[in-house]
Amino acid sequence: MRSCVPDYDAVSTQDISAALDLLASGEGWRPIAGGTDLMVLFNAGKMPYSRLFSICSIPILRSIEMLPNEVIIGAAVTYTQIRRHELIQAEFPLLATAASWTGGIANQNRGTLGGNIVNASPAADSSPALLVYDAELTLLSKRGERRIPYRNFHIGYKQMQILPDELLYQIRLPRHSAKLVQYSRKVGTRRAQAISKVSLAAASRLERAAIQDIRIAAGSVAPIPLRCYRTEQLLTGQSMTSDLIERARETIRSEISPLSDIRSAEDYRSLVTANLLQEYLESLR
Amino acid sequence: MGHRVVGTAVPRKEARAKVTGLAEYVDDICLPGMLHGATVRSTIPHGRIRQIRFGDGVPWDEFTIVTARDIPGKNVVSLIVEDQPYLADGVVHHSQEPILLLAHRDKDLLAKARQLVHVEYEPLPAVFDVEKGSHFKTFLIEKGNVDNVWSEAAFIVEGEYSTGAQEQLYIEPNGMLASVDADGGITVRGSMQCPFYVHKALMSLFALPIEKIRVIQQETGGAFGGKEEYPSMIAGHAALLAWKSGKPVKIIYDREEDMAATTKRHPSRTRHRTAVSRDGRLLGMDIEFVIDGGAYATLSSVVLSRGTIHAAGPYRCDNIRVRSTAVATNTPPHGAFRGFGAPQSLFALERHMNKMARTVGLTPDEFRRRNLLRQGDTTATGQEIKDAIDLPALQERALTLAGYREKIERFERLNRTSTRKKGIGFATFLHGAGFTGSGERNLQSVVELEATPEGRVRILTSMTEMGQGTNTILAQIAAETLGIDYDCIDVPRPDTSRVPNSGPTVASRTAMVIGNLVHKAALALKQDGGTRVKVQYQEPPGIYWDDEKYRGEAYGAYSFATYVAEVTVDTLTGEIGVDDFVAVQEVGRVLHPVLAAGQIEGGVAQGIGYALYEKVIWRDGVMANNQLTNYIIPTSVDVPPIRVFFEEIPYAHGAMGAKGIGELPMDGPAPAILNAVENALGIPFDRLPLLPEDVLAARSAA
Amino acid sequence: MRRFSFTVNGKQTAVETYPMKRLLDVLREDLGLHGTKEGCGEGECGACSVILDGDLVNSCLIPAIAAENATICTIEGVSNHPIQDAFIEVGGAQCGICTPGMILASIHLLSREPHPTVEQIREGLAGNLCRCTGYTKIVAAVEKAAQSLS
Repeated sequence: MRSCVPDYDAVSTQDISAALDLLASGEGWRPIAGGTDLMVLFNAGKMPYSRLFSICSIPILRSIEMLPNEVIIGAAVTYTQIRRHELIQAEFPLLATAASWTGGIANQNRGTLGGNIVNASPAADSSPALLVYDAELTLLSKRGERRIPYRNFHIGYKQMQILPDELLYQIRLPRHSAKLVQYSRKVGTRRAQAISKVSLAAASRLERAAIQDIRIAAGSVAPIPLRCYRTEQLLTGQSMTSDLIERARETIRSEISPLSDIRSAEDYRSLVTANLLQEYLESLR
Repeated sequence: MGHRVVGTAVPRKEARAKVTGLAEYVDDICLPGMLHGATVRSTIPHGRIRQIRFGDGVPWDEFTIVTARDIPGKNVVSLIVEDQPYLADGVVHHSQEPILLLAHRDKDLLAKARQLVHVEYEPLPAVFDVEKGSHFKTFLIEKGNVDNVWSEAAFIVEGEYSTGAQEQLYIEPNGMLASVDADGGITVRGSMQCPFYVHKALMSLFALPIEKIRVIQQETGGAFGGKEEYPSMIAGHAALLAWKSGKPVKIIYDREEDMAATTKRHPSRTRHRTAVSRDGRLLGMDIEFVIDGGAYATLSSVVLSRGTIHAAGPYRCDNIRVRSTAVATNTPPHGAFRGFGAPQSLFALERHMNKMARTVGLTPDEFRRRNLLRQGDTTATGQEIKDAIDLPALQERALTLAGYREKIERFERLNRTSTRKKGIGFATFLHGAGFTGSGERNLQSVVELEATPEGRVRILTSMTEMGQGTNTILAQIAAETLGIDYDCIDVPRPDTSRVPNSGPTVASRTAMVIGNLVHKAALALKQDGGTRVKVQYQEPPGIYWDDEKYRGEAYGAYSFATYVAEVTVDTLTGEIGVDDFVAVQEVGRVLHPVLAAGQIEGGVAQGIGYALYEKVIWRDGVMANNQLTNYIIPTSVDVPPIRVFFEEIPYAHGAMGAKGIGELPMDGPAPAILNAVENALGIPFDRLPLLPEDVLAARSAA
Repeated sequence: MRRFSFTVNGKQTAVETYPMKRLLDVLREDLGLHGTKEGCGEGECGACSVILDGDLVNSCLIPAIAAENATICTIEGVSNHPIQDAFIEVGGAQCGICTPGMILASIHLLSREPHPTVEQIREGLAGNLCRCTGYTKIVAAVEKAAQSLS
């Protein structure tokens, strides 16, 4: 343990207004949810914040609300809660699957959806699913509420559209009645409890053999979790052929910008992204 | 007759303590007035230390600080070669080399202080290439005349094989607790395999006599060789701080430090050039084996020795030459890890056997069958195989249990139309137990038994329990020989002031060598009827070893095995999964069926890690992925059920017939798995670890 | 530093400590409960697993502030559980350092899946690393305990 514990302060907030007060105070208070990212940094002596407030006791942040048109997930909802939620399993299976990928059971019991989002790793397990489901984020501050589509939230490596006095409050997923063909796959360093080397999520529906409403999102292959718009455009309205698959492979490989790092290599990530896309597209034939 | 304890599944001696959380590991102990210790380490691979500055932010006068200047005795960790200092004195030869020690009562302040010590260096050129480094050691084994075979060979097959470093990854990191007594004696408790190695090292560090140093092994949370020699270093550090401060000092490494700074398995490169006859017999084997020793010699010469002796494996060949070298580089010294050179050279050999089989046009099993050692044949060192071992039958049994031939056929059909390709492969190998040659004789191991008035018997040895079952099997042997209850036997923890030196807990020697001494001691106790007996090792007759020519009986006994791995390779992602694993071995005598199977299962899992997951990423001579999140060992979903089968041909000089098995399971999995991958894809892979990236890169190129 | 209250192994307890002190260290240093181990400090190995408010968690990742007023069960709070007997009988513990965490993870699994399949056992234990056993006998111990409990 490399941090000097007495140098840090932490409090627990019981309601949103107390949390927002701390954020607005200008005294450097930052939120901590499950701690599965921040505490790893803390243990390594690398956590950049010295004042933390826990948001896990704020009931609204821990709740999942079902409305006729949308599901509202509080930012401090854990992966376990998401995994166990029957409606999320049924209507948003890619998110439920992503929640089962993250860490082992112990980390799923603590880690939160909001934490995964604001940690802003391009390898975040939940991000591709959230992009495919057109998630919308609600940010709160003392100044009021602000909504932003998740697809616009990440603007660069570890850079987000969130101001220092804002708290990620809720994640909204629009419900749909369409019959979607959905896909997600994560390629990690091993089968369980692994950081993603490449991940892909996709959903679309077939209307008389033509692809409609296709969403494709990739993780770990760009500075941010990436919606692959050009690939989606290529595929929209088309019927699946080998030629289309070939072109889709090329297009997605040109849209992503993977790196070589401690976990994997650039050309591997690029090739596997295309292979996963192909795996999905074959299922639409 | 009738009192059977050996061969039965008695409960492990410390089992209840372990399942209730009461087992006492070093970090569970606190002594009054105890300080915590930390190590300041080099951040460059090679250079001169120009200056050490202590930054502002902590009250330095409260700290105990130790540098090389403080060392009362020799600033050299005693092992084999006197080249490794406890603390760098002016020059560092590897990243993470210890420079300075700190101690303070307050753990948090200590953590802060460590970040505030700034070392300035004058960097010197660093060597990381085994072709360029100086040589720690070389060996030459020659049998027959390998230079004469090439002209008559129908086939000449060459191959180059390499293996990477592997971190032992015991789940309990290294730790030591040292204290100084009123009379100036030093006591060290900690996580270790060899209390008398630590004892000897501390005597030299402090220039103190035998009776002034006391070393106690605490419950040890895994070791696998990683706590064979390294503990002398950390024990020395804790003891120096205790000696200077006058207070007990505990040093516990965190995972990052343990991974970056302590020993790993030696990386290796093996080149084979083999002459094969038309009908697939090995006419001559010319083998070159090189290991990267890191910056100091430590155990490299012995790792090299074992790797060299095992390089020609379980095969019959009249003309063999093995030339081997351990090379110095500016990386943290590599050291002991289960298998100790043999996993490296046997990986190369068992991959090369498949290459030769393919070249000659025989199946891997038929090619091996034609060349496996039989009773009466001699090994590369000229050792005659005396066991009535039938290696072809052992191999065949493994293949049958694995459904090998049926799967070869079925997978070939399935693979034509699937992106998930299945393959099956195997390796046949051997592992010598005990110290090489005259090593056991030189150790002069001693065992004592003590009978108490209450009717209990205590076994006094320096053999350490680290999960492999030392306490249990020694107690079983004593109980059966004495004809008393297993529950009446106590195995106190090794404390150098209370137990004799039975040698280190390494080299798969505990059961075979020390178990046999316990058996002899128990017989003596029973016959003589006294309360105390002491027995010293005597070399069995017929062991002749020439240390110059490296010829003769290298080991008292070999265990033999065939391992079969079934894999699935996902060609979309390159991911390799092991779906089934069969391990068949001949081990002399199975002393405890559950513990013995546990050794095999654990070794196979480590072998799967070695083959497919555990890659050390080096950056400027230091491990860059020194976190568990980036150094990948298998979880419970990455390891298949492992099917273990034993055969027993009792070894006359092993305890109740037992031979060593601790390291054997490390040798087989990696080549078996890579042979299986080649079967699945039709592409050979000759480097460990084999990662998905390598698979896809090779398929793209093919 | 201030007072933090918890219920540990059924007993109401309070310690005087810092809000960012890790629950792992509170247990080991302030409460003298050494059964919970540190293997990595990253939440990867599971040696520090405890049960907090009914959930399996890695105590090296939980600051005191987040555990305040929680109900915590450590290995010291487990006694005479069939899983412990199963571990002994079947050989689920070798060096023992992963064992406390592994036992708590097994208990947590069995409380949710009383008749788990082998896949479910392996998945439930995937966050607890063992370097000694290769997992074979740990899985067998959980199967055996499941039988005993039913």
